[in-house]
Amino acid sequence: MDYRPLMKEKFITLKSTAVPLPVENIDTDQIIPARFLKATTREGFGDNLFRDWRFDGDNNPIKEFALNNSAYSGKILVAGKNFGCGSSREHAAWAIYDYGFRVVVSSFFADIFKNNALNNAVLPVVVTDKFLQSLLTAIQQNPKTEVTVDLTKQQISFDGQAEQFEINAYKKECLINGYDDIDYLLSLNKEIREFDLAH
Amino acid sequence: MSAQKPKTIFEKIWDAHVVKRAEGYPDALFIDRHYIHEVTSPQAFDGLRKRGIKVFNVNRTTATADHNVPTKDQHLPIKEALSRHQVETLRKNCKEFGVELYDLGHPFQGIVHIIGPELGLTQPGMTMVCGDSHTSTHGAFGSVAFGIGTSEVEQVLATQCILQYKPKTMKIEINGKLGKGVVSKDIILYIISKISASGATGFFVEYAGDAIRNLSMEARMTICNMSIEMGARGGLIAPDETTFNYIKGRRFAPQGAAFDTAVETWKQLPTDEGAVYDSVLTYDAADIEPMITYGTNPGMGMKVTDRIPTAKELKELSEQTSFEKSLTYMGLEQGTPLLGKNIDYVFIGSCTNARIEDLREVAAMVKGKKKATGVEVWVVPGSKQVQEQAKKEGLDKIFEAAGFELREPGCSACLGMNEDKIPAGKYCISTSNRNFEGRQGPKSRTFLASPLSAAAAAITGKVTDVREFI
Ligand code: SF4
Repeated sequence: MDYRPLMKEKFITLKSTAVPLPVENIDTDQIIPARFLKATTREGFGDNLFRDWRFDGDNNPIKEFALNNSAYSGKILVAGKNFGCGSSREHAAWAIYDYGFRVVVSSFFADIFKNNALNNAVLPVVVTDKFLQSLLTAIQQNPKTEVTVDLTKQQISFDGQAEQFEINAYKKECLINGYDDIDYLLSLNKEIREFDLAH
Repeated sequence: MSAQKPKTIFEKIWDAHVVKRAEGYPDALFIDRHYIHEVTSPQAFDGLRKRGIKVFNVNRTTATADHNVPTKDQHLPIKEALSRHQVETLRKNCKEFGVELYDLGHPFQGIVHIIGPELGLTQPGMTMVCGDSHTSTHGAFGSVAFGIGTSEVEQVLATQCILQYKPKTMKIEINGKLGKGVVSKDIILYIISKISASGATGFFVEYAGDAIRNLSMEARMTICNMSIEMGARGGLIAPDETTFNYIKGRRFAPQGAAFDTAVETWKQLPTDEGAVYDSVLTYDAADIEPMITYGTNPGMGMKVTDRIPTAKELKELSEQTSFEKSLTYMGLEQGTPLLGKNIDYVFIGSCTNARIEDLREVAAMVKGKKKATGVEVWVVPGSKQVQEQAKKEGLDKIFEAAGFELREPGCSACLGMNEDKIPAGKYCISTSNRNFEGRQGPKSRTFLASPLSAAAAAITGKVTDVREFI
């Protein structure tokens, strides 16, 4: 089984610089606008990640936007509260993964996005508002700031500051081992058949 | 009766669908009805093919094409190559896996959340999912319905189950009588403006109270539809006579004696006395007025007669940057009113407000009137059946005389994915559910409002208090 992003890699620890996006309520229409949802595969969405914030009407990069700022790079995206609200499009998680991010840090995530991210080897890390603010400030002051995300210990740290984060045990196990939900559900086939017949 | 713990309707439905609950694992929840469409299903079917498995139960799966479809000349091939490819892929997948598809030109085609209820597929007590966040619409029938991502679509196609943690429950009660010109869209915009675009995240909402009870099924669907806009997993309303009367006689509803038996079961669903919710909010219907949004998330709403707040009035300092960014995008000033603001487009459509009742309300209001010059007005029915019904009732003539363009069914300008887009910088008053940046097309600017408010704006060419018309 090699075709799902989740199967491609296991997530344990990540140490990387990060890209700051201090905007609240970033909805999935910003992450990947609807007009780019027409592909029938999972690949290639990274080119259009944050399309309308990244490029102007003539497809020229907008200099001020963090993803176009060469000072910022890395596999971690740090964003404002209520990240991923709006549409259920999994394309948002695919775009984030395809662009190269493996972790999104925010003080709050929308439910469906959180599930979609976890199903695609992108780890959503929920931190307190205070931690988020100091992390954003640290990156903005020094774009070389290294952030460490340790899934086993459920800890995120930078510059000597650290915070624990929550993740449910099942999803943690899936990420660490590269399992997916269908493997588990298929193992329940007999029970499900019986249930289906009875209803 | 045994001394069982009283349960909410949500808990009753959820618990009755758990196939397996294991310590440390999310529940394996059985799904009664799975709706699919062209945008979020291709990768899921690919997954089945690669695993070499079939759809678990095709009788529980229904497909339609809605997001990508043109709303003019639907009998011709779709012009845009990628959209055409996506619809063709759905066709191919449905054929290969044996799934019923209401394709373009089929008398049942339409927006997935409009056709399910209309065909009687959506019924009380069911669990329902779709790769679309507005699946919450179906909760209006007293069912547990929620949007999922494509990996989950694959799970449901493969196993008819989904792995989910049980969300918390919230009751939102609206009591009292609604004022003149205030409709269900105003109720939900009001609630979201109160609790914000993330205020119900982690919860499954039940709407209750006499103001909700007195609503028609169509109006209830509008409310449940927008549950997701406050972050809720879904929203539902307990079924009652209004629900049963709506379902009776519909194509896929139980018929005859089976219907009566079903009704007896459905009557057991409402929340038991003494059941406890994790959160309860109560509002007075009399406080609700015609609403409009001014910003770029549905929580940024106000009474149409109000003024836009200023950054200083915001509760949290951290919100200020986003607030200012949003107003810059919208080309609006803090602290100013919206009433009288010129608009360029009016969009009456989407799974929130494109049912026959919505079109009737709009027609009744614009009858004998004309749209303002310079304003473009699109009325896009939610389904083929709605379109046919509108014609049968002569609503098409009323729209035509008013200068409103009645189109063919689809998601249309609700999202900038098909041919119907609002041009950059233009203002559109829209009956849809999202005012996100670029939602209706790159740089488009959206004001969300009720069909009545949208119709009033079409006539005056400005943001208008609908109460001036009634
Ligand atoms: S009408 Fe809009 S919100 Fe509804 S399903 Fe279509 S795109 Fe989604």
